[in-house]
Amino acid sequence: MKTDIILAGVGGQGILSIAAALGTAALAENLHLKQAETHGMSQRGGAVVSHMRICDREIASDLIPIGTADLILSVEPMESLRYLPFLSEKGYLVTNTTPFVNIPNYPEIESVMAEIEKLPRFVAIDADKIAKEVGNARASNMVMLGAASPFIDIGFHKIEAGIREIFERKGEKIVEMNLKALQTGREFAEKNK
Amino acid sequence: MQKHLFLGVEAIGQGAIDGGISGVYAYPGTPSTEITEFIQDNPLAIERDIHRKWAANEKTAYESALGMSYAGKRTMACMKHVGLNVAADAFINSAITGVNGGLVLTVADDPSMHSSQNEQDSRFYGDFSMIPVLEPSNQQEAYDMAREGFELSEKTGLPVMLRITTRLAHSRAGVTSKEVLAENDMSMPEDARQFVLLPAIARRRYKGLLEKQASLVELSENSIHNKYIEGEDKSLGIICCGISYNYLQENYANEKCPYPVLKLSQYPLPEKQLKKMEEECDEILILEEGYPLVEEKLKGYYANGTTIKGRLDGTLPRDGELNPDHVAKALGKEIYQGIQPPAMIVNRPPALCQGCGHQDAYTAMNEVLDEYGKGHVFSDIGCYTLGALPPYETINSCVDMGASITMAKGAADAGLFPAVAVIGDSTFAHSGITGLLDAVNEKTNITVVISDNESVSMTGGQDSSAFEKIESICEGVGVDPAHIRVIVPLKKNHEEMVKMFREELAHEGVSVIVPRRECVQRASRRKRNISRHANH
Repeated sequence: MKTDIILAGVGGQGILSIAAALGTAALAENLHLKQAETHGMSQRGGAVVSHMRICDREIASDLIPIGTADLILSVEPMESLRYLPFLSEKGYLVTNTTPFVNIPNYPEIESVMAEIEKLPRFVAIDADKIAKEVGNARASNMVMLGAASPFIDIGFHKIEAGIREIFERKGEKIVEMNLKALQTGREFAEKNK
Repeated sequence: MQKHLFLGVEAIGQGAIDGGISGVYAYPGTPSTEITEFIQDNPLAIERDIHRKWAANEKTAYESALGMSYAGKRTMACMKHVGLNVAADAFINSAITGVNGGLVLTVADDPSMHSSQNEQDSRFYGDFSMIPVLEPSNQQEAYDMAREGFELSEKTGLPVMLRITTRLAHSRAGVTSKEVLAENDMSMPEDARQFVLLPAIARRRYKGLLEKQASLVELSENSIHNKYIEGEDKSLGIICCGISYNYLQENYANEKCPYPVLKLSQYPLPEKQLKKMEEECDEILILEEGYPLVEEKLKGYYANGTTIKGRLDGTLPRDGELNPDHVAKALGKEIYQGIQPPAMIVNRPPALCQGCGHQDAYTAMNEVLDEYGKGHVFSDIGCYTLGALPPYETINSCVDMGASITMAKGAADAGLFPAVAVIGDSTFAHSGITGLLDAVNEKTNITVVISDNESVSMTGGQDSSAFEKIESICEGVGVDPAHIRVIVPLKKNHEEMVKMFREELAHEGVSVIVPRRECVQRASRRKRNISRHANH
């Protein structure tokens, strides 16, 4: 198997928590993993991206070649479009629909959504709203991971175990809430892909 | 043998500990910061009480490392590429003193300038100082080279450079760690004059360094890190430096590369392998992350024979980091270019955090400086550099650590009034103090704003070595205490801050204003009981 994922968002949105949950799951499956992150200046509210590569064979490059990503997983709608050249011809784009507006010239959200809806394969999900419904707005990243999970070749229970491991020290309530966020995101994607 | 999921920088931290270091010396700088942080948090490093506190700057860090090496112990100095400019005097001379205990300098370059003001290639420093340079291609090699670098340093009697770039520094992969080596016992250098670079001794030692060069080439030729991989198709030979090897492999994911390949990870250049490639291949393609160091050398060696392709002839871009797509293009491979992003996407540059004290300081400064027009503010390197961007657009320079004060001084000498410097607390400690002394000695008419957030914030909130010392440093340097003024940068103090700026701009001579409020990120972590930013 091979899943190459472009993780996108804005510095401070915590895309690395998604990477950590997936990474833990991939290791539990004895898969190879490479994950290039954005550290430094951009983390102050700038555009951030992480290249995450999971494979059952050894992985060469830390960066995903252009036109080959299986998935763009973005926690912000405009950011989901920034990395479109990476998406393969059969790739899926999964994005949160809640914009993160920290710049004065953010485009009209309707036009951003219109661009997303032009794509042949996408899931657009209001992760912030769903996260609030399951208990906490901060679980929106796990909603996003859930929405992306049907397109990632790792057993769903392994992803659940990854989340359990990452949030364990914060207590069972937080674990359960994040698992619910994951499940709800997945159900949405299954219905709307 | 233990398996870890490590960032490249974490692999180096683990390698240094397992290689038996007694101290790490560093100043924070992206993408090198987490090496030291990893060691600071590591249980064995804590148990062994390995030295792991931050230094005031890269020069003090490197010199302390050299002192630890003098005393026979193994040590690592870590810095970003531009940090090596600060430490360069000590570094270049340490090639002539040589080492006693193993000394590895890890320097992290930032091609494409993700978080830097240039993309200089530290391998040139290695070449210039004539010491061995190791350049890993992946996280496992980063670990291995960090761990084994001390032995190479002791064997050659020279400092060893471990050169990485952003992509390896901040990418995670599986790493298998090896046996933990014991620390060295303390021991003095055998030659009591080894470190005395008086001309007569320095000349002798320099000759020694020159004489070692042939043996360094031989070490490179026999190094397990320099692999010549045979290939059937001799129309092309490929030299891959460091991480670029991965990008070549990516392009041959499902087949063997038909061309001979030299995977190059130890310098000086292995002449034997280069000669072999030159003899058997029609053309040579050089993939290197950074400046065209190998390419320039080979162009000189084989000027009239083999065609050398790389960054200089346009086969690869002249600047920026490499990626698999550049390499695919250089190999003439057709690739699917993906969907172009819609034109409506706008840039999202980084910005000061909401509630940050620098914002309040800039708002007040702008109100006063508007009366004088644009172009009066020299600044420095830190979060506050973002004050160059909208909505503030307050500052007019960012060059190197400490340059705000000295450039303001030079501009004031030229007649500019007002001449203002904006510098952070940690940058002031790093390289601002001597410039302030120059200004005090000449009674230069400048206003220095030390925007103090009590932390090294851009790199993730490390401890600032000027913490609780700024006023006493300024006084000690000779600034009139009546013109060292501290204020809490908050909206409610805006009018007072404006008044203070106005008064100190009017003061003839050096004045210092210290807007002081803890970094909001650091404060938030402190309240949540997290020692530092998870990733930065």
